[in-house]
Amino acid sequence: MSKHATVTSDSPLIIAGKHYHSRLLVGSGKYRDLDETRLATEASGAQIVTVAIRRTNIGQKPGEPNLLDVLPPARYTILPNTAGCYTADDAVRTCRLARELLDGHDLVKLEVIGDEKTLYPDVVATMQAAAILVKDGFKVMVYTTDDPLIAKRLEEIGCVAVMPLAAPIGSGLGIRNPYNILTIIENAKVPILVDAGVGTASDAALAMELGCDGVLMNTAIAGAKNPILMASAMKKAIEAGREAFLAGRIPRKRYASASSPADGLFF
Amino acid sequence: MLIFVNGTQRELAAGCNVAQLLEQLELAGKRLALEVNMEIVPRSQYATHLLYEGDRIEVVHAIGGG
Repeated sequence: MSKHATVTSDSPLIIAGKHYHSRLLVGSGKYRDLDETRLATEASGAQIVTVAIRRTNIGQKPGEPNLLDVLPPARYTILPNTAGCYTADDAVRTCRLARELLDGHDLVKLEVIGDEKTLYPDVVATMQAAAILVKDGFKVMVYTTDDPLIAKRLEEIGCVAVMPLAAPIGSGLGIRNPYNILTIIENAKVPILVDAGVGTASDAALAMELGCDGVLMNTAIAGAKNPILMASAMKKAIEAGREAFLAGRIPRKRYASASSPADGLFF
Repeated sequence: MLIFVNGTQRELAAGCNVAQLLEQLELAGKRLALEVNMEIVPRSQYATHLLYEGDRIEVVHAIGGG
């Protein structure tokens, strides 16, 4: 065997015992139509796709195509979220409905929002909901702040993945606190995914270079001028960032270090 | 009898079950989940779960979200 590791030596992302080769998880909101949803999701290479649970339109649009027709659960791991929930009770109720909707599928994205302006997670309510859901047999991927202590508590409660925000949902501000994300990663025994706040490909690459196990994003792709092209860019950024992390970056130095040898100069 | 479906009042014949309601709403066979008075009714029980005056039914499905 070569002493040089190959570029294919990465291990898969494992969430709740299931293997994924893609480390990019995408949301399905904010697209123009279901066709764009489908094309962007395909271009992203994502295998896990979040959906929201909402009231069915009664008698308004018969024959309206269903999201799960373009994102078939046989092809994608559907990750129902609890977006819009401001209490632990609403989040638990939403997860139970999602499990019924998806024939017993029990992987969920838990988010309990605390404030409309920032959409910041209510970590107290999030922890309460996580405890109930874990006890009820759910596999909980939990959206939270970039607080290392809270991330650890959520892991201890039994969440299968912890997903700190890079910045507020939909803000596109990128990773505002890379050192906290790094601490969360160092402390964790479960996958850590940056969720929310990514704006462009370099933000996603940075998350992966820090050592995140994956990145979940929606607005950065769906809100781009060309969502399908951005989905492709994000796929590459995640792969590039992951490979750079595995490769091990050079230390930062203040002064230059010549790339060409100083020996053998002929003048 | 009067029931509420997704917050809207509706008239439904007495003695109807969940499956019959979904037929009337043109939602039979669709991928959805349903609660009656905050309790989930599993798909397998649609034909046997009877509805009563004042029941509050929530019918949900998956839509785009992040």
